[in-house]
Amino acid sequence: MKKWIDRIAARIFTVSGFTTSIVILLIIGFLFKEAVGLFSNPIVDKGYVLALHPDNPVKELSAYQIKELFDEEIDNWKEVGGNEQPVKVFRLEDLDNLYTEEELGAEYEHAGQKIAEQIQANPGMIAFVPEVLIEKEKGIHRIADRTIPMKDVLLGTEWFPTATPSPIFGILPLIGGTLWVSFFAILIALPFGMAVSIYLAEVASPNVRKYMKPIIELLNGIPSVVYGFFGLAVIVPFLQQTFHLPVGESGLAGSLVLAIMALPTIITVAEDALRSCPRSMREASLALGATQWQTIYKVVIPFSISGITSGVVLGIGRAVGETMAVLMVTGNAAVLPTSILEPLRTIPATIAAELGEAPAGGAHYQSLFLLGVILFFITLFINSCVEFVSARNKFKK
Amino acid sequence: MKKLLLPLLALLGCTYADAQRIKGSDTVLPLTQALSEMYMNEHPSASVTVTGGGSGVGISALMEGTTDLAMASRRIKFSEKMKMKQAKHQPEEVVVAYDALAVIVNPENPVNRLTREQLEGIFRGKITNWKEVGGEDAKIVVYSRETSSGTYEFFKESVLHNKNYMSSILSMPATGAIIQSVRQTKGAIGYVGLAYLNPYVKAVAVSYDGGKKFVTPSIESAIRKEYPVVRPLYYYYDKANEKAVQPFLEYLDTPQAREKTLDLGFIPR
Repeated sequence: MKKWIDRIAARIFTVSGFTTSIVILLIIGFLFKEAVGLFSNPIVDKGYVLALHPDNPVKELSAYQIKELFDEEIDNWKEVGGNEQPVKVFRLEDLDNLYTEEELGAEYEHAGQKIAEQIQANPGMIAFVPEVLIEKEKGIHRIADRTIPMKDVLLGTEWFPTATPSPIFGILPLIGGTLWVSFFAILIALPFGMAVSIYLAEVASPNVRKYMKPIIELLNGIPSVVYGFFGLAVIVPFLQQTFHLPVGESGLAGSLVLAIMALPTIITVAEDALRSCPRSMREASLALGATQWQTIYKVVIPFSISGITSGVVLGIGRAVGETMAVLMVTGNAAVLPTSILEPLRTIPATIAAELGEAPAGGAHYQSLFLLGVILFFITLFINSCVEFVSARNKFKK
Repeated sequence: MKKLLLPLLALLGCTYADAQRIKGSDTVLPLTQALSEMYMNEHPSASVTVTGGGSGVGISALMEGTTDLAMASRRIKFSEKMKMKQAKHQPEEVVVAYDALAVIVNPENPVNRLTREQLEGIFRGKITNWKEVGGEDAKIVVYSRETSSGTYEFFKESVLHNKNYMSSILSMPATGAIIQSVRQTKGAIGYVGLAYLNPYVKAVAVSYDGGKKFVTPSIESAIRKEYPVVRPLYYYYDKANEKAVQPFLEYLDTPQAREKTLDLGFIPR
């Protein structure tokens, strides 16, 4: 009978272990599949084309050039390799201003013809129109479309996911923002975390520790949106006044909130590591005449360095993936960060803020999955660091 | 048994005929919810279910026939209209109410009025200092909504004439966050729905005719059609389904419905 129970238990554990691993792999696979889809999207919104006058020699435009053209930043075709000719932008909505509904037809059956008329009448015109409307029209020159180049995404410095006619998915500012905020968060959290964990492990009396440890662990249980509110209402105005900033929502506000959030992790893990240092080593050090500080600094810390590092790295992991608190205090401006006192935008905040309305399966949606994949690689790298550090230490022993 | 079942079925069929599903924009959601509650109180046989999800969600639900009315804070897109027509549906448009957007600044800011061109310059990053528009020598801090919001799209269309915002714009997840930030940042500017205006922020007068006439945003000026940054909020329904939705649409014109619309900070149609 006992044998049977043993067997069944073993089976259950095997099955649950395997299913969990497979589900996790499937999730990762799904993430990758969605993300890679981004690069098979055309530059211009699906179902639309950019049409030019037949005499216009411009054959290809990059997403960035298209945006500048439609923003009227580029006002002459010369700048994108065409003739000396002012640019005139035409959108489908302009059709309603130029023609009456009768002229266009109830089902827009004459719209294509009218668009073609407009384009032929204006040599400098660039029209952004649905493909179905002008399929049959002759005497229009269509811009050759291609898929979104990987280079423009991975090395792009502008994030305009909803720009029409051609969205821009430069992810560098978002990666930069994430790393920048996390770096400063850890710079702030590390000294405080270390100080508190050394105090708790080595200096504090058992009574103090008995009350202090649960309080610190309580910090872990506070929902991140509460930290976000705290940041927005307290830290942001405080920074603004202290540094006389034009705007308080900044990377530093995010770093401070993240540092507070990472502290419990760092303290708990580092303290456990410090306390795992064997009594015999401490006593040996003290017996040789070392003071308490010398013992901590020369014996206890070197012994538990791998545990401390894991704590720190786990803290970074939390900071990198944190969403809500950062969304509320960093200002979310998608620019490459140059100073920590300026607003910036992180990857998790971008995903959280934009996924809700991004149409499923579209380029914007897929670009958010790509951001997820990149975030996944960042945390994967951080976790492998933990593995590496703890493995190295075992070897030394 | 049979005798009992038949009237029961008839009753079910009757209530079903009066049941309506409304889905779509979160901007229109509170208004529709309030109106449908009033409507159900006055017509006990009717049942109206209202769900949000965004304008796009509502319109695609209409296409699939999973909703009777789609709420939208923007006009139906050309591509959506085409798809509906291909699926042999005839979308009909009704304006429910109007929603005005107010441009807000910090109360300490001396600037009281701005033209559309100045606003375009500010939100596109061409004007970066308040002294360029008649204020103090201070940097302009520009707040906007997140790209997913219908308000973001409407402001872009109306004020920026479809051009893009500058990339360094601060995007806030909610209207409340914009108010909070503008309240505590001296050089700030942002935009919010008229219903959200409060004494901690100052609304600026806007001119759409190059500075000839500035209009302060208020429900009154929006009703008089003087205030320019006003967007219509729509309901869409399938023409084949007109009879079923007509009673609710007619209810929108009753005095109590109009009063409720005003109470919620929208402008009745």
